[in-house]
Amino acid sequence: MRPEPFGALLYHFGTRKLSFLKNRTIVAVVESLAEHPDVGSALAAAGVDPGQEAPYLHALGVLVDSNMLIAHTVLEEVR
Amino acid sequence: MTSGLIAQFERGLDAPICLTWELTYACNLACVHCLSSSGRRDPRELSTAQCKSIIDELERMQVFYVNIGGGEPTVRPDFWELVDYATAHHVGVKFSTNGVRITPEIAARLAASDYVDVQISIDGATADVNDSVRGDGSFAMAVRALENLAAAGYSNPKISVVVTRHNVEQLDEFKALADRYGATLRITRLRPSGRGADVWDDLHPTAAQQVTLYDWLVAHGEGVLTGDSFFHLSGLGEPGALAGLNMCGAGRVVCLIDPVGDVYACPFAIHDRFLAGNVVAENGSGTRFSDVWKHSALFTELREPQSAGACGSCGHYDSCRGGCMAAKFFTGLPLDGPDPECVQGYGAPALAAERDTPRPRVDHSRTVMLTLSRPPAKAPSKPCNESPV
Repeated sequence: MRPEPFGALLYHFGTRKLSFLKNRTIVAVVESLAEHPDVGSALAAAGVDPGQEAPYLHALGVLVDSNMLIAHTVLEEVR
Repeated sequence: MTSGLIAQFERGLDAPICLTWELTYACNLACVHCLSSSGRRDPRELSTAQCKSIIDELERMQVFYVNIGGGEPTVRPDFWELVDYATAHHVGVKFSTNGVRITPEIAARLAASDYVDVQISIDGATADVNDSVRGDGSFAMAVRALENLAAAGYSNPKISVVVTRHNVEQLDEFKALADRYGATLRITRLRPSGRGADVWDDLHPTAAQQVTLYDWLVAHGEGVLTGDSFFHLSGLGEPGALAGLNMCGAGRVVCLIDPVGDVYACPFAIHDRFLAGNVVAENGSGTRFSDVWKHSALFTELREPQSAGACGSCGHYDSCRGGCMAAKFFTGLPLDGPDPECVQGYGAPALAAERDTPRPRVDHSRTVMLTLSRPPAKAPSKPCNESPV
């Protein structure tokens, strides 16, 4: 992930796909995901009001679908 | 892609999204439309150490990948060393080649890497159409490279095609050729840059062919790569119908580093008018690409709002943005007017008028132009006038 004035660029070296994060808040959310137990608390920590979550959840969903975001806590959850 | 993001891109990014890096002007071929007028190696070519210093900078700037070309980049003795150095430093590599060095051994090596993309240049779906532009034997050489890659298990090479008046009717055949080798087709616009200026009048697609091309591109969508090179055709249909950013990225999201380290606004703009600076530091050690990208006067100018000029009153300006800067410049048209291939035909009167077409200072064309299949009648004065290989 590369920060840019408008947000950030993301590049997946496996799929060669380029993605864009269109504001600084979603960048902060993505950067902090690993520090939170779930997406809700990451959004809250970035100052996203509960009523404003929809576009952020959509953006995160797109990143998951394109393998830009992968769960690295799956093993812990299974345990 | 939202227009808000395009507006951001037009103001320039902290680092290029993708960067074209011509590693050498040396080439075993002498294609009539060569963008970089390649042939002979430049004696001032960047050293291996300087190239590695640039890669270090690209890593620090988080440039995701470089498009390496030339010339024929694989004829540089340190080519594979530089490819390995780049991928080890998190800079992905896509390189364009005519296939000359894609032997079974090299193909096996490429198949073992996850971060190297290969683009084989072919400008005709048949040998006769291809070889008339790229030289005798060049089609067979490219196909042999594709066969070697397939046999080695290299997945998804690219076949890179420059669309001309003579191959535009072969688009389906190109797609079939790509499918046969498990390749992705990439088609790009013929630019009047380098030696392309000499043949553009005869080779650029006709107005009717542009419509055929546009319809074919829309029908094939994201399955065919274009390097975002056909945004001048956007006005032929609905906004967004053509896949890609559809904007001029010169000096904003792309640029070119040439073999001697000169940085130009885009791969189609090798001319002093579009020269931003040189990467070699003034004390001779190290490189300063990042400084050129961020602070050069030319790139700062290109990131300012651009005037629509004569195109301001056209309803299609929001789609095509006046077309390609390099295409206008090298055909002698004003930069703030229509593209020479404007789909509304607004470029035609200027093309028909008396024009002064600028020539680049940089020309590495060989003095003895040869084809691969016919040896010279007499020996050239210097071997490199014939071939750098």
